[in-house]
Amino acid sequence: MRHTIAALVENRPGVLTKVSGLFSRRRFNIESLAVGVTERPDISRITIVVAGDSTVLEQVLKQLNKLIDIIHVTELSSKNSVSRELALIKVAVDSGTRSEVMQIVDVFRAKIIDVTTDSLIVEVTGDRSKVAAMEQLLSRFGIKELVRTGDIALHRGSVTAEAIIAQQSDL
Amino acid sequence: MTNNITGAKALIESLKKENVEVIFGYPGGAMLPIYDELFDADIRHILVRHEQAAAHAADGYARATGKTGVCFATSGPGGTNLVTGIATAYMDSVPIVAVTGQVPRSLLGVDAFQEADITGITMPITKHNYLIKKAEDIPRVVKEAFYIASTGRPGPVLIDIPKDVTTDLLDFNYPKEVNLRSYKPIVAVNIEQLKQAASLITASEKPVIYAGGGIIISHAAEELLRFAELIKAPVTATLMGKGAFPDAHPLSVGMPGMHGTKYANYAIQESDLIIAVGARFDDRVTGKLESFAPSAKIIHIDIDPAEIKKNVRVDVPVVGDAKTVLTKLTSLIKQHQPKTSEWLKRVNKWKKDFPLHYKKNDMIKPQYVVECIYELYPDAVIVTEVGQNQMWAEQYFTYAKPRTFISSGGLGTMGYGFPAAIGAKIGRPDATVIDIAGDGSFQMNSQEIATAVQSEIPVVVAILNNGYLGMVHQWQELFFEERYSSTVIEESVDFVKLAEAYNAVGLRAVKPEEVKPILKEAVESGKPTIIDFIIDKTENVFPMVPAGAAINEIIDPE
Ligand SMILES: Cc1ncc(C[n+]2csc(CCOP(=O)(O)OP(=O)(O)O)c2C)c(N)n1
Ligand SMILES: [Mg+2]
Repeated sequence: MRHTIAALVENRPGVLTKVSGLFSRRRFNIESLAVGVTERPDISRITIVVAGDSTVLEQVLKQLNKLIDIIHVTELSSKNSVSRELALIKVAVDSGTRSEVMQIVDVFRAKIIDVTTDSLIVEVTGDRSKVAAMEQLLSRFGIKELVRTGDIALHRGSVTAEAIIAQQSDL
Repeated sequence: MTNNITGAKALIESLKKENVEVIFGYPGGAMLPIYDELFDADIRHILVRHEQAAAHAADGYARATGKTGVCFATSGPGGTNLVTGIATAYMDSVPIVAVTGQVPRSLLGVDAFQEADITGITMPITKHNYLIKKAEDIPRVVKEAFYIASTGRPGPVLIDIPKDVTTDLLDFNYPKEVNLRSYKPIVAVNIEQLKQAASLITASEKPVIYAGGGIIISHAAEELLRFAELIKAPVTATLMGKGAFPDAHPLSVGMPGMHGTKYANYAIQESDLIIAVGARFDDRVTGKLESFAPSAKIIHIDIDPAEIKKNVRVDVPVVGDAKTVLTKLTSLIKQHQPKTSEWLKRVNKWKKDFPLHYKKNDMIKPQYVVECIYELYPDAVIVTEVGQNQMWAEQYFTYAKPRTFISSGGLGTMGYGFPAAIGAKIGRPDATVIDIAGDGSFQMNSQEIATAVQSEIPVVVAILNNGYLGMVHQWQELFFEERYSSTVIEESVDFVKLAEAYNAVGLRAVKPEEVKPILKEAVESGKPTIIDFIIDKTENVFPMVPAGAAINEIIDPE
């Protein structure tokens, strides 16, 4: 089972190391991890995708909560949240295959962001399955390089980090 | 508020605000400004002979008193020498604050002389750590460090301070309270969970209370006693929980697990309800997990939610402070009429049938030494090393009160006992403090005799000298066809001469009748004393549950 975890953390040096160190030390499997500052410069948001059953998920959440720099941790389910990943894929092309690749890119509403005589860089955004499908379709042309951001996710609706933190401070 | 003081002075002033009375430490280049401030501050500084001992002494002080222990070390090797001591405190949830010097800010990250990334190194073994980048952060960080170390589930906190931060000036203003939005250690007990726990308890016919170090940390020994007497359940206290429940109490069944009593292990295995309080189902306690307490429901009371369901299935989790939870539980069920008399009869029969035992001969038996220590000094604070000595110290002394048994449980650190005893004695100057030691373990920090002598700390070290790394030797005897690879250390050192070389008292006993007089001589000397008890080296620790076996599969030869 795959779980998406959102952590709001103090934007301080070393916090990411604390989080990733915890995962390796306790043998939790990270599938992806994305981090960036939020609308508040003092707070970063880490989105982590982990593999494991519900016991593993429970331990991950509890152990993350123990880290002093972590303000809030929660699981984001596919129902209550939206998640996206961005990938850049460098595909090999020649005059014979270029237009076919461009058609696929079109259908996926992806973008071509770099063009040379023998390669294209495709930017695709979507949920995990869309990115995987794109990768699969392009693989027969020869993927020269690929990079993905890992999932980032947000609660749907009006739940905000601001609100969560305000609530936390009242405790 | 005091204007324009140095970072070093601010550190010392902050420690004073935290009522620190003693610091265990060792100086060095990066610590010069701090040690200069310490020179005429009215805080006692105990100069150790190895930084590992500073951390252990701070830890022993904390365990003996319940206060937060403090240690200092310089950058680089000073900090790395603290590591084992910090890890020991981390595993046993002991509140210590370690302050390390660091190279100046401009040299951070360039492999400067005596630079070590100590916050990186100690990340997995501290509850939290800090690298201070600005002098004005010192008061807040010290305030937070003591708060984090001592609240919730306690643990070590490290503060790393670059040398130039200690010479920078700041306006000193000690914060009145901490303001940490990300750390809220006080949890309200969930009443629904309490009610569920209460109903399991009132329905149970074969309950066992499994009490851990959390009872001692939360000052809940009295509450535990009241609770146990109310529900009339046998109590098994772990190594960390030693002293949480009086060993001599009729409901006490001694320690569970690998070297626990047969009757504690049998009781757990037949129980229909395990009530775990401030204990964490360590593998040394549970043995083979799949066969642990097969017919029992489990109530797990702990302040650290992450401990719940980490190792075993739990039917009712209760997150909260042991003292609060036990008080609430007791009042919820105070009308309860326990149905445990049959069960207690059965447990008492086991107690009678399978007592701890050893055979005497004309040599000194290690168990006898421990019994003599108890007979002469029943109120002593016992500190231990690691190995067979530690298990005998647990088994043959009758503990009655919290904070009288101090031992490295989680990490099992040889060399812990002696420096921890030094720390304990400083915290409890009126108590008789005895380190029950092994000849191997003692050699891991024997240099601290110099500390005890110089600082006039009269601890007694009772070495149970078997000439072996006994516990490992025992495993080789039982499970490795008596192939004693690197566990024989006999006659490698004359402990009496060693003590004398440091101007401490050195004594030796070889016959059983010498044990008591020599113990008295040691305690009455009022000086640091090392006693070399030459014991029967064939003696092993039993009962024993082999690694990986269920805890009722116990070896206990006649
Ligand atoms: C620092 C450290 N190194 C190694 C061990 C492994 N170990 C556990 S018990 C033991 C033997 C201890 O010997 P001694 O102190 O003489 O105690 P005895 O068992 O003989 O009473 C060893 C080597 C340890 N626990 N700690
Ligand atoms: Mg030995």
